[in-house]
Amino acid sequence: MNPAFIKLFYLLAAVMFIVGLKRLSSPRTARSGNFVGALGMLIAIVATAVFTGILTWQMVIIGLIVGSLIGGVLAKTVKMTAMPEMVALLNGFGGGASALVAAAEFLSPTSEVGIGAPFHINLTVGLSVFVGALTFSGSLVAFLKLREWITGRAVTYPLQKTLNGVLVLATIAVVIGLVLRPEMGWQFAVLAGLSFILGILSVIPIGGADMPVVISLLNSYSGIAAAMTGFVINNEGLVVSGALVGASGIILTKIMCKAMNRSLTNVLFGAFGSTVQQIGPGGGAAAGDKTYREITHEDTAMMMAYSKLVVVAPGYGLAVAQAQHEVRELADLLEKRGVEVKYAIHPVAGRMPGHMNVLLAEANVPYDQLLDMDTINPDFDRTDVVLVIGANDVVNPAARHDTTSPIYGMPILDVDHAQNVIILKRSMRPGFAGIDNELFYEPRTRMLFGDAKDSLKKLVAETKMVE
Amino acid sequence: MIAELVGLLVVFVLAMFVGFEVITKVPPTLHTPLMSGSNAISGITIIGALIVAGRGDSRVTSILGLVAVIFAMINVVGGFLVTDRMLEMFKKKPEEKRS
Repeated sequence: MNPAFIKLFYLLAAVMFIVGLKRLSSPRTARSGNFVGALGMLIAIVATAVFTGILTWQMVIIGLIVGSLIGGVLAKTVKMTAMPEMVALLNGFGGGASALVAAAEFLSPTSEVGIGAPFHINLTVGLSVFVGALTFSGSLVAFLKLREWITGRAVTYPLQKTLNGVLVLATIAVVIGLVLRPEMGWQFAVLAGLSFILGILSVIPIGGADMPVVISLLNSYSGIAAAMTGFVINNEGLVVSGALVGASGIILTKIMCKAMNRSLTNVLFGAFGSTVQQIGPGGGAAAGDKTYREITHEDTAMMMAYSKLVVVAPGYGLAVAQAQHEVRELADLLEKRGVEVKYAIHPVAGRMPGHMNVLLAEANVPYDQLLDMDTINPDFDRTDVVLVIGANDVVNPAARHDTTSPIYGMPILDVDHAQNVIILKRSMRPGFAGIDNELFYEPRTRMLFGDAKDSLKKLVAETKMVE
Repeated sequence: MIAELVGLLVVFVLAMFVGFEVITKVPPTLHTPLMSGSNAISGITIIGALIVAGRGDSRVTSILGLVAVIFAMINVVGGFLVTDRMLEMFKKKPEEKRS
């Protein structure tokens, strides 16, 4: 078959990917959009298998079956709380596959790539291997950190930036060498090795709480790697799809950085969270000077039961405590009494962009109750009770006015505008940024100490008692 | 050959713009499914993997191709299935029966 004809199938697949992503703009159409995308992928795979003249089917069939089985089992068994690890792992496999394809092209005696090839072809091979191998090893490190199989903290050592800088320069040098003298095949192995090491070393100094940014960025890389491979094998299908994913990752990275009020450079090189900073609450006043007030479960239940509007502000701690189902149970009880319940979702709640929404959706919370920060913030003025569960820095008013605070300028949920603020927390220990939260000492704030899940269970029981 | 490369570059840049346009319209609620779903799309590298694995021109490249097919397939199947699992959970509030 004329190879030009096959390209029409790839075009169809690319169009279906775009339509599929477009349907993700609403939860109503999203599921069908994902299906359209999967169908596009099936068309691309079948067209490749049927029309590109595959000579040996053994490897192809074994690969398809083994890969599908592993992917299927992973997808069906993964817990929703473990979604960040899952995405990191899948990212790594995508990047790894792209690097392997480029490597096979370089080593293949029949392809146009490698020895004697024009320089621009070897340039794309070099870039493809570089981005692919970097994505592979970087994603694996991110996966290990998120699983906590290795320390989630930022790992730093002396001359770290210098070493990484030297490695980057060495990599560029090898890419140039590969382009100018492709007959020196060992350069290819060196490039793959350097990229692999660079992937590990560039993710290791990034702290656990910054992982959402890193996953977004690696997501983008895996797309770029696929596009680069498209350049190597001269295939528009790969180039278009890779560019789409690259763009998606870049946008998510930007959103996450903005929500954390950090620049990308700061996330990648700042090693934030390697130590807990000892910063006094705004202006340096000792925490001991301030007093906070506690509240009982019974009083909290009473207060909520007689409210008009209750807003739940969930954070990372809710996911850790696995308390999303208890939250929903409580919300159901309140709604039965005629109380309106909404959820305020900060962009960095959970462990990756949009993670909290998935966890709450899993607990059967309808998506029209999950409100973005910008939508919910004006509502706090008419809110009777805010229940802050496992969130800390994202509700700290210091971000609005205290220029000395490390989180100054970070967009926050304006929970302090509500009539009553109840904080569910284990202790008075500061949050990830290591700073005290002045919200805890506000006159309208009450602390409800204890494990989140435990407290919520007690609240459910108490709310049932209210008559 | 250089003309082909330039042609691909044009496609790449324009596709990036399409990507930006489409993705900025995805609401934050769906950012996790967006990530896993777009991840699955980056598994399109399976095309390259299939070609390499099926060419059978040397033992080394065949094995590299096999591993590439496995990796890409994990990405594709895992990505689309897990996205579907998540999106299935996103439900609107059921209409309450009024008596």
